[in-house]
Amino acid sequence: MKHILSQIFHTGKFTMGFCIFMGILLLMVFYPLINPGDPLKIVSIGTFARPGTYISLYDAVDSRLNTLKLDEAPANRLESVLKMEDRVKMVMWFEAVEIPIGHLNIHDTEALLALWEEHYDSTVRPEGMTKADRNYFQRLDESLNRVLVTKEKILATRDASTAELQEIRAIEDTDYVNLKNVANVKRLPLGTDNFGRDVLKELVAAIRTSLVIGLIAGTIATLIGLTLGLISGFIGGIVDDIIMFVTNIFTVIPAFVLLILISYSIGQDQRGPTTVAVVIGMTAWVWTARAVRSQVISLRNRDHVNLSKLSGHNLFLIIVTDILPYIASYVVMALILQISGAILAEAQLSMLGLGPKTTEVPTLGLMMNWSMLYTAHLNGYWWAYFPVLLTIALISFSLNLMNTGLDQVFNPTLRD
Amino acid sequence: MAKELCLSGKNVTKIFGFGDKKTIAVNHVDFNFHVGEFVSIVGESGSGKTTLAKMLLGLIHESEGEISFLGKPRDIKGRKQKREYWKDIQAIFQDPFSSYNVFHKIDAVLLDCIKMRGGKNLPHDKKVEMMTEACSFVNLKFEELTNKYPFELSGGQMQRLMIARIFLLKPKILLADEPTSMIDACSRATILDMLQNLRNEIGMTIIFITHDIGLAYYISDTVYIMEKGNIVEYGPAEQVILHPSADYTKRLINDVPKIHEEWDLSTV
Ligand SMILES: Nc1ncnc2c1ncn2[C@@H]1O[C@H](COP(=O)(O)OP(=O)(O)O)[C@@H](O)[C@H]1O
Ligand SMILES: [Mg+2]
Repeated sequence: MKHILSQIFHTGKFTMGFCIFMGILLLMVFYPLINPGDPLKIVSIGTFARPGTYISLYDAVDSRLNTLKLDEAPANRLESVLKMEDRVKMVMWFEAVEIPIGHLNIHDTEALLALWEEHYDSTVRPEGMTKADRNYFQRLDESLNRVLVTKEKILATRDASTAELQEIRAIEDTDYVNLKNVANVKRLPLGTDNFGRDVLKELVAAIRTSLVIGLIAGTIATLIGLTLGLISGFIGGIVDDIIMFVTNIFTVIPAFVLLILISYSIGQDQRGPTTVAVVIGMTAWVWTARAVRSQVISLRNRDHVNLSKLSGHNLFLIIVTDILPYIASYVVMALILQISGAILAEAQLSMLGLGPKTTEVPTLGLMMNWSMLYTAHLNGYWWAYFPVLLTIALISFSLNLMNTGLDQVFNPTLRD
Repeated sequence: MAKELCLSGKNVTKIFGFGDKKTIAVNHVDFNFHVGEFVSIVGESGSGKTTLAKMLLGLIHESEGEISFLGKPRDIKGRKQKREYWKDIQAIFQDPFSSYNVFHKIDAVLLDCIKMRGGKNLPHDKKVEMMTEACSFVNLKFEELTNKYPFELSGGQMQRLMIARIFLLKPKILLADEPTSMIDACSRATILDMLQNLRNEIGMTIIFITHDIGLAYYISDTVYIMEKGNIVEYGPAEQVILHPSADYTKRLINDVPKIHEEWDLSTV
């Protein structure tokens, strides 16, 4: 046993798959401890907040201020206002009003701004420029002015009765707050999704549900397949014929079509994650049954089975002690593949809108489904779908790697 | 001396597969094995010896024909009858390396035999004593084997352990299917000795299957010659081997290298 384990971990593939899978499991176990709470809670109003750290502006202005004199501050400020697309538009404006720009380097902020200050005039109406365009340039000019002219900003509250503004504090461009002093800072490493939920938190919860679905479905499929394969392979005869007939029917109808039909007929309300897992398990056992059957057929005429018969052992005992241990490694491999397959099947079902009902738990498939429905992939909200996709791929990849590693140990012909 | 019939068959046939893939492994054979006899079934590989043995053991069904046991038609349809039958007939298979369940210890193999003989509730000491006796019958030491797995033994030791198993079971008939063909030459003679001891000391009927006609001549009372599923010749060993009537038997005899003749290297 020890020897086999050390042999298994000696295969690079198994170890690598195992490490990836353990990493995912650790994330699944420990992230909820760091960041507890309902994974489906809506944290942002509005959809698809970008990943990053969110600082409460309300709290920040009340925090203790420090004055930092930083030379690069104005440039940074300008940089955040003057994006590349703005620069291109500015050059377009120069061209529209026919101002020679010579060898102007678009990345040369100073030269660009000097030229802009000198020539921009909001009253000019260049030919062929729409009102929207002119408004855009006006806004750009204003925001540039705001950044360039570092006037202090006044923070005030409004008196409830008189509606007069009362100044609380003037904020200079050199005022800074320490992040630690701000009462509310929210890190959203993967932003929020279409409902305004924390994607990372949701993802971790989804991994858990999807793995549970995989485990339930994989176990059911393996148990059914194993039982039918053992019985049909060992007993043979008419029993084998009947089981193989059923199996062939299931083979002819693709499992996924069956899955869609069953899921559809169950109805949205009844489809909890467990139901979906059971349905997946009930449709996925076919190839396990066939594989186990052929393994059993190759074993049942072996002499150790004959000897066991001659020793008066009954059918059940022979199957359990003389057949099962010999195919145990094979069954473990089949189970791993079934789990991986079930996780993928859930994802596929959910993307068709036939997965578990959407209100209770997130699953990897449901997260994909939501982000597709809200066209995250068309709008570049990568954080809503890419991490999910990556997780599905990693789970599937790691399980398959482990399987290949096991295969190398237990199936010596594949050894290199 | 007129001996009692122990195992006999009439028109025993086994056909594998259908249509194009049909193989007649055993083709309408008749045989009469007597109590206490040392019978050899000789034939080239593929002549249907193992298939016949499995039918005799009741591990596979005969396609046609009838096998009688102790003079009465054999009835082993039910599970109970099979279990009773297997108290009377046991086997040693050709390949010792695949004859054992690799997950079971040697003790389990031997304890199974005691259990089968109704000794399930014997005190532990008594069981150990029986196992030790069985092991010493085949020149093995039980103390060295206990808690070991069969695959930790050599091929010869495994085959001897098989005989120890038979010693514990004491069946009426032992079917030994080429028990010496996969083990080293040194162990071979010991195994044959032990088989003869089983017959001489316990009075077991031994059905010995081999492809080596010389060996059959050396140890058996009666010889059956099998060719492609048919029994082409049978009779007392001396008569069959010294005065063969079938061509096939003559060829088998000619193929045995004779120690006193020069080796003809050109045909090797
Ligand atoms: N389970 C089986 N299915 C199909 N053919 C078989 C089977 N067992 C044996 N045979 C065929 O029956 C013939 C006799 O085999 P066997 O009894 O093993 O011969 P022997 O033991 O004399 O070498 C062979 O041609 C073999 O291919
Ligand atoms: Mg054979």
